[in-house]
Amino acid sequence: MNDNIKQGATGLIMNEPLLWEKGKKGRIGFSLPEADVDAYPLDESLVGHGPDFPDLSEVDVVRHYTCLSQWNFGVDTGMYPLGSCTMKYNPKTNERQAALPGFANAHPLLPQEMAQGVLKMIYDLERCLADITGLDAVTVQPTAGAHGELCGMLIFDSYHKSRGEKRSKIIVPDTAHGTNPASAALCEMKPVAVKSNENGILEPERIAAIMDEDTAGIMVTNPNTLGLFEENIKAIAGIVHGKGGLVYGDGANMNAVMGIVDMGRIGIDVLHLNLHKTFSTPHGGGGPGTGPVCVKKHLEPFLPIPRVIKQDEMYALREDFPQSIGRLHAFYGNVGVMLKAYSYILSMGPENLKKVSQLAVLNANYIKEKLKSTFHLAYDRPCMHECVFSDKIQQANKISTLDVAKRLMDYGFHPPTIYFPLVVNGAIMVEPTETECREDIDRFIEAMKAVAKEAEQNPDLLRNAPVTPKLNRLDETSAARKPCLTG
Amino acid sequence: MKEINELELPEDVRYSKDHEWAKSDGETIRIGVDDYAQDQLGDIVFVEMPEVGDKFGKDDVFGSIESVKAVADLFMPVGGEVTAINTDLEDAPELVNQSPYGDGWMIEIKVDNSSDLEDLMTKEAYLAVLQGSE
Amino acid sequence: MRYLPHTQEEINDMLGVVGVSSLDDLFKPIPDDCCRSNELSFPGPMSEWELNAHMDSLSNDISADPDFKIYLGAGSYEHYIPSFIPYLVGRSEFATAYTPYQPEISQGTLQAIYEYQTLTARLLGMDISNASLYDGAMALAEAMLMAVRVTRRKKIAVSNLIHPHYRRVLQTYFAPTDYEIIELNGKGNGQTELEAIDGMDDLAAVAVQSPNFFGCVEDLQSIAEKAHAQKALLVTCFSEALAYGLFKNPGSLGADIACGEGQSLGIPRSYGGPGLGILACKDKFMRNIPGRLVGQTKDLNGRRGFVLTLATREQHIRREKATSNICTNNSLCAVTAAMYMATLGNKGMQALSRLNYNKTEYLKQSLKNAGANIPFESPTFNEFVVEFPLGFEKKYKGLLDRKIIAGLSLEPYYPEYKSHYLLAVTETKTRKDLDAFVKEVVS
Repeated sequence: MNDNIKQGATGLIMNEPLLWEKGKKGRIGFSLPEADVDAYPLDESLVGHGPDFPDLSEVDVVRHYTCLSQWNFGVDTGMYPLGSCTMKYNPKTNERQAALPGFANAHPLLPQEMAQGVLKMIYDLERCLADITGLDAVTVQPTAGAHGELCGMLIFDSYHKSRGEKRSKIIVPDTAHGTNPASAALCEMKPVAVKSNENGILEPERIAAIMDEDTAGIMVTNPNTLGLFEENIKAIAGIVHGKGGLVYGDGANMNAVMGIVDMGRIGIDVLHLNLHKTFSTPHGGGGPGTGPVCVKKHLEPFLPIPRVIKQDEMYALREDFPQSIGRLHAFYGNVGVMLKAYSYILSMGPENLKKVSQLAVLNANYIKEKLKSTFHLAYDRPCMHECVFSDKIQQANKISTLDVAKRLMDYGFHPPTIYFPLVVNGAIMVEPTETECREDIDRFIEAMKAVAKEAEQNPDLLRNAPVTPKLNRLDETSAARKPCLTG
Repeated sequence: MKEINELELPEDVRYSKDHEWAKSDGETIRIGVDDYAQDQLGDIVFVEMPEVGDKFGKDDVFGSIESVKAVADLFMPVGGEVTAINTDLEDAPELVNQSPYGDGWMIEIKVDNSSDLEDLMTKEAYLAVLQGSE
Repeated sequence: MRYLPHTQEEINDMLGVVGVSSLDDLFKPIPDDCCRSNELSFPGPMSEWELNAHMDSLSNDISADPDFKIYLGAGSYEHYIPSFIPYLVGRSEFATAYTPYQPEISQGTLQAIYEYQTLTARLLGMDISNASLYDGAMALAEAMLMAVRVTRRKKIAVSNLIHPHYRRVLQTYFAPTDYEIIELNGKGNGQTELEAIDGMDDLAAVAVQSPNFFGCVEDLQSIAEKAHAQKALLVTCFSEALAYGLFKNPGSLGADIACGEGQSLGIPRSYGGPGLGILACKDKFMRNIPGRLVGQTKDLNGRRGFVLTLATREQHIRREKATSNICTNNSLCAVTAAMYMATLGNKGMQALSRLNYNKTEYLKQSLKNAGANIPFESPTFNEFVVEFPLGFEKKYKGLLDRKIIAGLSLEPYYPEYKSHYLLAVTETKTRKDLDAFVKEVVS
């Protein structure tokens, strides 16, 4: 292995037991406030023994989690080219803003005149997102992409109901994220799959063949999960609208087209964004995120309540929208996440946000060009912010995508997304994002080439990978056969 | 994964297009998934079973079978009423991998129409289907 | 821009490799009529220092503790958070990682979530917990969807003493379905009246909150017996998880699914989110639980490790037949809660819960002694309802100027309870605060 390419190294990593394998009965890690009131009696039949928690000191807890954190790989550790996930740098100033005492300590039921600062933030963020997408109205209440999709499907359902219809089907392309059909199913709409064409995009004729008046609409990811722009989107939207349907846009890939594509103009009626992808808020090992939903004017009455409105330079929460789908969250969504995205957008400004998309697309196309002779490229066309390779060439040596992914860890990279989208066998989906510098991208390219070479010369190196992390490959089969979910 | 010529396809069972097998034992018919299905799915981690007494028509879904990263519906090769289920699979789903026609069987049914079995494929017919789909 | 590392020279060079002459040319696959006709026009860019000033001014335009004495609870609680918790949870390795799909380099998140699942199950007296959901309201909606899935029945009975916002979210989730929601009313003692479910057929589940929206502890054991007699599940919900440091947990009283909000466990209020959706259940429902699950296993060398497991329930595999459309969880909030629970331990949890109880009782008794009416006699935790004289609203507004927020008026939620207020007290209020509060409100 070439040490110039390989940055993965072994270091002193500590073993650390489970929380309840540590501590001593009687310890405490918490500074209990003074008991300055008398004890009051309570019917003892109601009282329990307290949860079976380990007793630990503050130092026990701090060391425990510090050790655990060192077994993780994050964006701050190194390049994380996980396709469809937009693992860009998460600016630290955003953390400072969200932790400001006014925001962090704000009770959600404060009288509205006492919460103007946070209401203004929500209002302004919604206006920014409307500008960025080209749509008219926005809710930031949904707390994740899947939650946004559910919101969108509820809007579809309510919209059709308002016209006296109940439509039972929805068109979902075969390249879609699994959340698309699952969200539609929650609204009792049956997903109808449609295949993309030999160029990896949707064909209007195929949509026309299945779109009917029992179909609520279509869910399209654009750019799609192959990293390709759906060029026929306007024609497709025309067909769907022609039959009274609506067009849903999964905006998971918005990082490719900010300041470039007008989602309203291309015929999207409802679109969700992922603040934890495009707008730099940290993924946190799987949340919390935020999945705002943007809509065209005629769908605004259906947005979830409460909504933040501006009246006479004051901001207020309003619930009197009789056609609204209702509430999706106990309060207003993940305000702590919104604050980070808002800080990011203001830090960037319009020009830099457009540049983000330009550089994200440049990086992806650069990787595609540099690697397409080493790894099979599923669709050899100009891509957007991500490109999809496969293990077709490596299969000759009985090396799979999984082996390539695991070996990349030894080189110090988080692997790309693998085995998705499903339409490409053994997919390797690379999304570098705009925040990776040229040297790191070149190093990633060299690592991929080195792994491909190893696949030919010493395939067992890949099959036994990774060897550098704390643990080797894990037995997922036993985990699923005899689930052990608590200790 | 196995090549087609490596598959174990016994002569004494009949096959469906959905890769289930059925074997008649007088009154009852025993049903499971064949070697091709278990090989395609890989390590089986869970089999979702119907209850004794449930009635299904031919091609109805009677359960599902799961590997770590895939799930497949189980289809009735013939219609009938479930008279027994293989409870060993609860704790040892790997039996489906180890012995798909033996200890890895799934259900026994009282068949609605015993001539239905004749509509299923013989080993030769099934092999031809598998080769055709390659 | 400091987050964009490319120099102009590098851009030109890379464009050359790609074979296009400008950044704009990269977007040639996009038809002209799909492009924007105008430039983006939102404000910015701001330097880091301008941003600090702007955000400081917004933050200062919010009335928050400790400057204000806030007696609001209703699903969001002021509790002390040890300084080391945000410090630890903010570590880059936790915060900037994705969902742990690659277990070899995600063991930190995976073990932390496994520990969260374990401590949560222990807190609630349940067998298993998922890796968390988005918030308490959604946890209730998901729990009820799970109940109709498990029982294959069509009706659910829901106490109207469950947080009104949670019930609104439940309605949103159930609106497109043909399941029927039956509302159970409250009784004079502040608990739920169960009579309506007697003899009801096709009942999938009974859902109650304990402590409920009025702070009252429900008689879960009797409710469980009643629900189980009809082969329906008992789903218990909560918004104040600290209650189970003192009161018996729902599992020991017969709950089949326990769900709710975990914000109390070390998570700042942040104007209502992010919080922590908790969902735990009995073992037998394992394959019907929504959301992520982490399980224990071994690596090739036999060393203990953790992976995401039972993924076949989930949307990326089962698509429209998945147990939920949820993709991720609120991972970082779950880790925060686990840190908080570990910090308290058994001893600390009991002591802190008892302190919360005592402080709340102190205020309740003091108000009673001062002549205020406490309408519900059931035992409460951290919150209780007080009836002030009609016209208290004017005083309430006056108190805002004195930096006191005298709880939440119940009237918008329960029109029959005019001049009733829901007050919350936690360990953060001193006796001095409480005495001053009583003086102000009854004067």
